[in-house]
Amino acid sequence: MGRITLAGVTKRFGETEVIPPLDLEIADGEFVVFVGPSGCGKSTLLRLIAGLEDVSSGQVSIDGRDMTEAPPAQRGLAMVFQSYALYPHMSVRANIAFPLRMAGMDKAEQARRVEAAAEVLNLTAYLDRRPGQLSGGQRQRVAIGRAIVREPAAFLFDEPLSNLDAALRVGMRLEISELHKRLATTMVYVTHDQVEAMTMADKIVVLQAGRIEQVGSPLDLYHRPQNRFVAGFIGSPRMNFIEGPEAARHGAHVIGIRPEHVVVSQTEGPWKGRVTVTEHLGSDTYYHVHDTGLAEALTVRAPGDGMAAPGDEVWLQPDMDRIHRFDANGARI
Amino acid sequence: MARAVSIRRKSLNTFWAWLVALILFFPILWTVLTSFKPEAQAVASPPLFVDFDWTLQNYRDVQAQRAYFGYFWNSVVIALGSTGLGVLIGIPAAWSMAFVPGRHTRDLLMWMLSTKMMPAVGVLVPIYLIFRDLGLLDTRTGLVVVVMLMNLPIIIWMLYTYFKEIPGEILEAARMDGATLGKEILYVLTPMAVPGIASTLLLNIILAWNEAFWTLNLAVVKAAPLSKFISGFSSPEGLFYAKLSAASTMAIAPILILGWFSQKQLVRGLTFGAVK
Repeated sequence: MGRITLAGVTKRFGETEVIPPLDLEIADGEFVVFVGPSGCGKSTLLRLIAGLEDVSSGQVSIDGRDMTEAPPAQRGLAMVFQSYALYPHMSVRANIAFPLRMAGMDKAEQARRVEAAAEVLNLTAYLDRRPGQLSGGQRQRVAIGRAIVREPAAFLFDEPLSNLDAALRVGMRLEISELHKRLATTMVYVTHDQVEAMTMADKIVVLQAGRIEQVGSPLDLYHRPQNRFVAGFIGSPRMNFIEGPEAARHGAHVIGIRPEHVVVSQTEGPWKGRVTVTEHLGSDTYYHVHDTGLAEALTVRAPGDGMAAPGDEVWLQPDMDRIHRFDANGARI
Repeated sequence: MARAVSIRRKSLNTFWAWLVALILFFPILWTVLTSFKPEAQAVASPPLFVDFDWTLQNYRDVQAQRAYFGYFWNSVVIALGSTGLGVLIGIPAAWSMAFVPGRHTRDLLMWMLSTKMMPAVGVLVPIYLIFRDLGLLDTRTGLVVVVMLMNLPIIIWMLYTYFKEIPGEILEAARMDGATLGKEILYVLTPMAVPGIASTLLLNIILAWNEAFWTLNLAVVKAAPLSKFISGFSSPEGLFYAKLSAASTMAIAPILILGWFSQKQLVRGLTFGAVK
């Protein structure tokens, strides 16, 4: 079981309020991702759940039990840190066994569980090495191993992949998703990378300045962002925003259109502009279009190799059904 | 790009390094040499460097007049006892200052350091009176405590510096893994800080061994360490340079040997925070 409830939780560091009153419900077995720009309070929120920081007010409960005052060890949660935080003076075996040893489990059972975790994570060959002798990906797996042997109520991940190189990151992302499928244990995952959030989450919590901007499934956030911030944060390349008369024509203060919802034409369309930069990704081409009179630059995503070159005049045809409208406060209309 | 250093420049540096090392080392070398000279040759002018009648007589005389090992044993107890006690107090203190600093931690550290800026003699009378009233004069316990207190600021500062180098996340990981505060310090912090703790131990053993002010003033016979042993020779027999040298050599030899074998550890420890 791993149901986590935050009720009216706040956090202040001295005079600064990092987390204004916040409510959140994480269901058992859910994969929840906290995402937001750096400094938005997502790591602080995770640490409040973990018990590594004390809440200033409000209540944290796990499976219905009030854990607000409980020390980290009693909350039944396991955490994987950005820096892996392995014990450098212990072997991989001792690292993974550490939480079991702290719990006073008998040696035979410890060994059995460590072997099992190592098997799952392909670490069997490295059990007698020190963390210093492992690669980044292996270290990350040891950190995960240390978390899973305890069979915790929930896993907390604090930007676990940000120290890995791009290729390894994609691989580990999959491994963590598979792990979640197999264990069906609640996972709370913090990242600033919206791609990780989109690909892994059952539920995404978008945070800004300690406030929850929107909670929803990845596609929910993509198709129906509740405000301009979420609209701009989710999706890559980011959504184009247009203000002024064009927005007014749609009855909004600002309209947003995603790069993939605009068609480029070399002959006709409602919006005219000039291509300044083209980015070829093979599968897609990104055009950066200036001089449209709508916004400083619009980004357009076209499938395939594309045919317009920098300097070319192009016409843009937005998909009118996929225009997002926002009022002056940035809220969805 | 590294700057090319010419051979000339290199040998000049080497020469200077040797010169400075020799100047620093010479008094010790001279003491050791003198300890092997007959009294008459010890004061010969011009001084004799190696061309004298080597003898062990001074060592025999010194041992005959005053039992070296009694003083030696007191020195060992005071040096190890004060260092051990200091580290036991210093580890939790440094832990709290490094990992859960309060608003006044910085001031507290500066205040502790500032106590080292005051001349020790300033508190001699009150401490003497306290020791007298508590019956601690001329006891090893008393000296262990006072030498520990004198070195405690250094112990805490050194440990604090090492602890600051340990990533807090590792300790948090231990907390998440169910370690209590005691286990966190015992199983995670201390093993990771072993190089730093070892350097702290070594330096403080040396400082405590060489401590003379408090040991001379608070010890008479029973608890007297080697500082008292040497000073006992200097006043009544101040003119017997060879014997005095033999006594000094015997007093500094143990710590010199310890320092020699641990010099790598010491240098690494002392430059730990600075060059990382």
